[in-house]
Amino acid sequence: MIKRPSAILLGLAVAAASVATSAQAELKFPVNPPQPKEGQYVHVPPTLEDLEKSNLHPELKRVIRRGHDLFTNTQQLRGENVFNEMNCSSCHMGEGALPFSAPVWPAAVVLPNYRPKNDHVNSLEERIAGCFSFSMNGKPPEYGSDNMVALTAYHQWLAKGVPIYQGGKTLYGRGYPIDKPEQEPSYERGKALYEANCSICHSSDGSGLQVDGKSQFPALWGDGSYNWGAGISRIFTMAGFIHHNMPLGQPYSMSVQDSWDIADYINTQERPQDPRYTGDVRETRAKYDESFHAHTYYGLEKQGKLLGDHENLGEKDFLKPDVLRPRTFE
Amino acid sequence: MSRVFKICAASALLTLAAAPVAALDGDAARGQAAAAVCMACHQADGSGSNIPGGESWPRLAAMNADYIYKQLQDFKSGQRNNASMMPFAMMLNDQQMKDVAVYYSQMPATAGKGGENADEAQLALGEKLATWGDWSKYIPSCRSCHGPDNQGAGSHFPGIAGQHAGYIEQQIRNWQQGTRSNDPQNLMHAIAERMSDDDIKAAAAWLSRQPAK
Repeated sequence: MIKRPSAILLGLAVAAASVATSAQAELKFPVNPPQPKEGQYVHVPPTLEDLEKSNLHPELKRVIRRGHDLFTNTQQLRGENVFNEMNCSSCHMGEGALPFSAPVWPAAVVLPNYRPKNDHVNSLEERIAGCFSFSMNGKPPEYGSDNMVALTAYHQWLAKGVPIYQGGKTLYGRGYPIDKPEQEPSYERGKALYEANCSICHSSDGSGLQVDGKSQFPALWGDGSYNWGAGISRIFTMAGFIHHNMPLGQPYSMSVQDSWDIADYINTQERPQDPRYTGDVRETRAKYDESFHAHTYYGLEKQGKLLGDHENLGEKDFLKPDVLRPRTFE
Repeated sequence: MSRVFKICAASALLTLAAAPVAALDGDAARGQAAAAVCMACHQADGSGSNIPGGESWPRLAAMNADYIYKQLQDFKSGQRNNASMMPFAMMLNDQQMKDVAVYYSQMPATAGKGGENADEAQLALGEKLATWGDWSKYIPSCRSCHGPDNQGAGSHFPGIAGQHAGYIEQQIRNWQQGTRSNDPQNLMHAIAERMSDDDIKAAAAWLSRQPAK
């Protein structure tokens, strides 16, 4: 059964839409996210205040809070599971609850499911392991470990009340959806836009900003950033993230075309090797082309360089975490 | 590439360690002399003053030197419009602005004032806004730009922990009313205009009670 969103739900879920109501129509920076389409399921994730008021077991509350803490300060696992400047909340903003910032509650209601990226059925833990392996350029916490259970508990808490297996495309605000650009994305336009709109936080060399050795604004390329296997190394994913979320506090200020251009520029830069690297970048691209690299510039010549043609692993000293392995269920 | 990067990073660290504290080309001793005109309001210890219902004078002690320098330039040019500050900024030449900025940046931080009478609910709201924001109104947290514990991040995002509540409140209202607009890319304007009166008071009160380091 597909739930029709009520007016009240909408007012809350489409957080930003409520800002853009007539009373505040004169805002210089209104926030105008896409409205739910007919038949889409709208979910308002519960907050930590709701958690305190809930009747869940106190020990479960503690574990969910631990998951929230890991999600928003994943850097506490630096050097153990995280080998770059990222937190989960760098890409999943609003503590993983914000629509169009790849909110994480959908993962708790669509998994286990088949994923083309690794060609088998994945659990929620395995999906999170993917983030650690690619986006955090790291090594996931062990399946079933305290930290992994805490993270999945937080995901599941955010999904409270959502029916499972309703079909992913009907979930309002999922992922970073974006239209195709009118013109081919342009590195040159992207570079100019990046300098004008992004470099103040992420720096001209893409290294982000560290304050007292702590990650403040995430690195977008180089050793401190996501590797060539991360979802956001795909141009459309980065473009969608930018369009819906950047610069911080000014969503939708970058047009669809601007967002693709900036994504083109960012994702033409070098970053740590794809953990699935076979030793040959063109071969690796071809092996994962259909399911992934068709949307990245990995293994292509751009700006006079063959991207990803190196052995650089960033901060870690291993290529591939052991948990990245095929499953056959036989 | 990894090795090259590490060598670059190591040499950058060495350079930092060898260089004087301030990246700005200013001299604190000269700054002390030039700052004579600042002391009536900002005080000899750079603590400024919280003035309930009036124009509060910000603490400058331990603020980022580049940030202070930029504000002085903006007062002088009128980019930051302030009748009290403009005549004083006009008295300083560019080098004096740098010197003054370095002078204040090297002073130990003093305590923020103006949040003493905030009640528990107000402080809870303030802490929430500063730490997590309020995404139902698309208000990102203060610390997401102003750095760990709101101590500041780089030269563009000043430390706001331990700043006077009256000053913080006033600045947010200035952005709302369009009378302050020298923030880069309108980053603060966009957020300020979504804040309610209660939000502003709560965030200002809570931040003023946090220690500036």
